[in-house]
Amino acid sequence: MTASAQTLNIIGLARDVYKGSPTTLCAGCGHNSITNHLIKALYEYGVPPHRLAKMSGIGCSSKTPAYFVDRAHGFNGLHGRMPSAATGAKLANRELMVLGISGDGDTASIGLGQYCHMIRRNVDITYIVENNGVYGLTKGQFSATADVGSTLKHGGTNAYTTIDVCGLAIELGATFVARSFSGDGKQLVPLLEAAFAHRGTAILDVISPCVTFNDHEGSTKSYAYVKEHDVLLNAPDFIHAGEEIVVDYEPGTVQDVALDDGSHLLLRKLDRDYDATDRLGALRTIHESRTRGEVVTGLLFVSGDEPDLCEREHMPARPLHEFGEVELRLDRATFAKIAGGA
Amino acid sequence: MGNAAVNDFTIRVATVNGSGSQSSNLVLTNAIFRLGVPVAPKNVFPSNIEGLPTWYDIRATSRGYRCRARTIDVLVALNAATWVQDVASVSSGGSIVHESAYPVSDLTQRDDITYYPVPFNDLAKTHVKDGAMRKYLMNMIYVGVLAELLHIPEATIEAAIGAQFKSKPKAAAANLEAVRVGSTYAREHLPALENIAVEPMTGATDELFFIDGNRAAAIGSLMGGCTVSVWYPITPASSLCESFISLCEKYRVDPISGERKYAIVQAEDELAAIGMIIGAGWAGARSMTATSGPGISLMAEYVGYASFAEIPAVIFDVQRVGPSTGLPTRTMQGDVSFVYTLGHGDTKHPVLLPGTVEELYEDGMAALDLAERLQCPVFVLSDLDLGMNSWLTKPFSYPEKPFDRGKILGVEELTAQADWGRYRDVDGDGIPYRTLPGTEHPAAGYFTRGTGHDEEAKYSENPDVWLRNLNRLARKHDTARTLVPQPQCDDAGHAVGIVAYGSTHHAVVEARDLLRLAGLETDYLRVRALPLAAEVAEFIDRHETVYVVEQNRDGQLFGILRNELLPEQIARLRSVRHYNGVPIDASAIVEPLWESRNQLAHAGGARS
Repeated sequence: MTASAQTLNIIGLARDVYKGSPTTLCAGCGHNSITNHLIKALYEYGVPPHRLAKMSGIGCSSKTPAYFVDRAHGFNGLHGRMPSAATGAKLANRELMVLGISGDGDTASIGLGQYCHMIRRNVDITYIVENNGVYGLTKGQFSATADVGSTLKHGGTNAYTTIDVCGLAIELGATFVARSFSGDGKQLVPLLEAAFAHRGTAILDVISPCVTFNDHEGSTKSYAYVKEHDVLLNAPDFIHAGEEIVVDYEPGTVQDVALDDGSHLLLRKLDRDYDATDRLGALRTIHESRTRGEVVTGLLFVSGDEPDLCEREHMPARPLHEFGEVELRLDRATFAKIAGGA
Repeated sequence: MGNAAVNDFTIRVATVNGSGSQSSNLVLTNAIFRLGVPVAPKNVFPSNIEGLPTWYDIRATSRGYRCRARTIDVLVALNAATWVQDVASVSSGGSIVHESAYPVSDLTQRDDITYYPVPFNDLAKTHVKDGAMRKYLMNMIYVGVLAELLHIPEATIEAAIGAQFKSKPKAAAANLEAVRVGSTYAREHLPALENIAVEPMTGATDELFFIDGNRAAAIGSLMGGCTVSVWYPITPASSLCESFISLCEKYRVDPISGERKYAIVQAEDELAAIGMIIGAGWAGARSMTATSGPGISLMAEYVGYASFAEIPAVIFDVQRVGPSTGLPTRTMQGDVSFVYTLGHGDTKHPVLLPGTVEELYEDGMAALDLAERLQCPVFVLSDLDLGMNSWLTKPFSYPEKPFDRGKILGVEELTAQADWGRYRDVDGDGIPYRTLPGTEHPAAGYFTRGTGHDEEAKYSENPDVWLRNLNRLARKHDTARTLVPQPQCDDAGHAVGIVAYGSTHHAVVEARDLLRLAGLETDYLRVRALPLAAEVAEFIDRHETVYVVEQNRDGQLFGILRNELLPEQIARLRSVRHYNGVPIDASAIVEPLWESRNQLAHAGGARS
């Protein structure tokens, strides 16, 4: 490797370009780790900053788009309503690479409706749920992803069923669903790159412990709990489009997922024989492991066959704002036919 | 025919919803129009698919009035359930064409009415062989009866049927057959109609055509370059987006590739509809949604956001009767004060107030320009009367001006001047510059947020920064005052003025004529938008008394005027309100205005 190859990515940009403002979240927050993994993934994938649209809702998670790729446009919208704004932005400009950052309250509580409808439309977006099971900015209330029986720092036990954003997404027809852990960059970075490469909605549920309000004994989203109960389904390896696959695996131990931009995600199978293209199998695994108190991580499900929203709607490749009067207005004779005078 | 009202009357058709009477009503309306007589139809329909009563008023008006009339001259009674109340609704001296099986006794026996019983059911059974079509064609029989009574030539009815069933010649023939059943029966069995008559006119309808306001607004959106529309179905706004869909499908799809120069999404709710058009507006597309009061309630959150983050979007509010679910199929100007300040905190929006279908078309275009020029949500307030009824109008003008995309910095501008701040007031008009996502320049990006931000779009809780920003937004609102459509003013220096807006306009036109006949001359200013133009206060200054006429209980524009005017100006204002859900008519203005004049005279304060 030459010196310049170390400091510039495949589109010739330095890693610093992918940085943002300093974080204002708590020291040790899982979200900060995710931000760092995102910076790495965006840099390594070679995302052109001007094409990136960073979308978020409200909450600790939703502040993070300010902490990476300063040059890109950001949209810190409303609580639970980021999917609609992201959908509109993508429709308006198909060239944008839309990255949505949400949290568990933003997605599974106030934003559950928009989350579901974004998935059923298969909007082309990388959607990250920074999932800590708790409200941080309002100081420690349960969110809808808290597990039954988990406790709050200052007392209180969650009695209500958890909403599993991955299981729900797969049921709704999602085309890319992964779960990871903020502390596992080795797994998360290639999953992120694969999500960028995927055409359609890519859901990444990233367990991201809240050091201030949900890192205690009795929490199922604490560092200690996740480390102890993390069950890795597969170890991902992202191979860029055109890059040669050089790693040698024993036959049957690797699932090769071809992605829409010509890149590949190689999934090294770990402790079980898991098929990430089997929708029902994925649902069963998610359900069974949750019952056992495990946190399964890795690529849970992928399908490359479904058209995304823009394809279904026959959208042009050009941004809509480039169309002018000539393309959008009727000529005088046609106008007269519908507006009187003909 | 000596005392007949020639070309000035209202025919009320009372039927059951879902019986297919709409086609018959449109054929009769169109036939009268084809004789050169201006017509103003009003559909008063229920929130129901089938079974509830519905009324269709066809007003012929030689002077070309567009509003409803309170007098009913001829009733066509085809709904047994409303027979008693329908008889009561007919004006003295009127005529009733009714199903002969309906009893004429007690409450339905009136001495001042002429009855024209017709065995509609029996005629339909005898003459319409197709059982499935019978209920629809029965309505055409009444068209035949009226055509005969009004001496409308069969060729005119035939032409109107041809226009109604353009692509279905078989249906046209069956309908004409049913018309003949009615006209034959009337010729053979009914006496002449004494109280009204139709006579061909010239010059009153030249060039005019029928269109509903929702379609006019959709044409405005199309010609204004709207490329993203997201909606959630709601009466009475649905047909606006549906019209836009059909226009786009017809004119904006590449015939070879199938590629569309637009995106239309039916959202899961109004929260998402507004979110998507704001996302699209942020990314540079001209975007639009259409809804009604309940949808506006849900949109409040994102509208407030877009106002503060300064993102263009156009929202049509086709107002219906609230509060709450209210009367979904009735009309009101009930959202004026609500949309003007929609959102928490200090929030104000430009609100366009079209009064005609032509203005709905023009405002549909203008709103897209204003939204981008001012970088904010722009409301267009229509209502059910304007949106869903058919109106006669002159042809719309072809737009001569290019789109106004507002202050957008592209690669070229950024290369010349990379030092820019998203919320800096460079030009002193309160309107900052923006860049679009996707602009390939290192300085293009910025962070859009609903939280406090400084001129560079950075998060800030600094009190001075907050104050500067809020004051700049107020400055921008003042700029809007001069950019929105300006008032329509007819001022001949009389002492009494009338202020109105939106669809109320048409009743004001007739009311002023009636007042003039009674000896009271009035001046008239029609507010075309909020924020109020300076001319509104000037008009009030020039008049002793100004009547503010609107279709809501609380006098919502009156309230806005009271907020923005000086005490001596407010003292000249009187509020005139109509709010029963039925479109306002002239007498709803004339009567309270007379009463107020009399009171003022008694108090010694009025000059006539």
